[in-house]
Amino acid sequence: MLQSARRTTSILAVSKLGCVRGDRRLFSGLDLSVSPGTFVQLTGPNGSGKTSLLRILCGLLAPAEGVVTWNGANIRSLAEEYYTSVTYLGHRHGVKDELSAIENLRISNALNGITVSIERAHEVLGQMGLAGRESLLAQLLSEGQRRRVGLARLLICNTKLWLLDEVLTSLDKSAIALVRSLIENHLTGGGIAIVATHQELELAASRTRRLELTT
Amino acid sequence: MLRWIVWRDLMLAWRRRADMLSTVFVFVIVVSLFPFGIGPETQLLRTIAPGVVWVAALLASMLSLGRLFANDYQDGTLEQLLLTPQPLFLVVLGKTLAHWIIAEVPLVLIAPLVGVQFDLNKETLWILFASLLLGTPVLSLIGSVGAALTLGLRGGGVLISILVLPLYVPALIFGAGAVEASILGMSPAANLYLLGAFAIVSLLFSPFATAAALRISLE
Repeated sequence: MLQSARRTTSILAVSKLGCVRGDRRLFSGLDLSVSPGTFVQLTGPNGSGKTSLLRILCGLLAPAEGVVTWNGANIRSLAEEYYTSVTYLGHRHGVKDELSAIENLRISNALNGITVSIERAHEVLGQMGLAGRESLLAQLLSEGQRRRVGLARLLICNTKLWLLDEVLTSLDKSAIALVRSLIENHLTGGGIAIVATHQELELAASRTRRLELTT
Repeated sequence: MLRWIVWRDLMLAWRRRADMLSTVFVFVIVVSLFPFGIGPETQLLRTIAPGVVWVAALLASMLSLGRLFANDYQDGTLEQLLLTPQPLFLVVLGKTLAHWIIAEVPLVLIAPLVGVQFDLNKETLWILFASLLLGTPVLSLIGSVGAALTLGLRGGGVLISILVLPLYVPALIFGAGAVEASILGMSPAANLYLLGAFAIVSLLFSPFATAAALRISLE
């Protein structure tokens, strides 16, 4: 009884959130509480504030009104502590053109405090379908392959909250299937994924929620 | 963590060597133009040498400041750096240290060589080297605040000069002052101490200012 109550407690909560960009109000009075193992699909037309909402949730953007809490504490006051539990992938993939796939992966993880051995990096990039291209500079990779390099971080990070912004753009069918299985594993392990996308992800996981933003 | 960010930026700079070299070439060429323009009047050359070398160093380092955060901003890696579980001022400090090594250290090393064109003696060349070694960290540190504030703005290059160059004035006065004192046969110690003090103050304040400016620029 107690256990089931604990399992349904939300760890990410948003109350009366409002966002203003320029002189336009994108949304206001947004309430949301997410418990572990939940997938939130964020939909809405262009310019409805999907990216802004994700940036508020990861703390890059200060909300015009309302608060975002993580385990009951405001994320603005948690600051760096919060970032040990969050992975954010924006629509700019965060991959350096002048570094190879393997360097990109190892450096971005090292900056997050995770040391990745060369063997492990090869293994992860192989899983992402980049076997044989690990040492190519990212500028020589295709758009979809670069996106795969960025997504490879999801295989290594052990964060609880994933915020993914339009990560399916320029990915092929097999890569989309890969992302889907990654998110499924993440949810099974008690993680949360909030994904802004125009494509249907059709997750098998039971606890899928939709959040539609309107203009 | 600090080690990783410095290493990352050094490696990126190495892969784009042309950018790094352009800063050094601008410095060498600007400094060398003066002896050509003025002719072999050694007395006059010695008098203007401290100011010319220092002003050329300021202008050359302006060229590289624009790139300090702009490349990372464009490909989204700057967002990722802001979301690492380390304090942001440490990330900023690492990037500034890397910028100093990439853009300023080559100037410091080559300055005694170009100083020879101004008929400076050996001792004065050493003081020129020392004053730049103490003063160039100030250029990187204060410059990083300007670079963060003008991030993503149109015409950021001009704006950064307007913001940052006035703040370089104390470093310029004491840096050039040390070399001048040495030319006149006086002790440059007072000027160098003040330059060092200015470097320490900017080390204490600018990483925090840059971190705050980056958060605002990325909103």
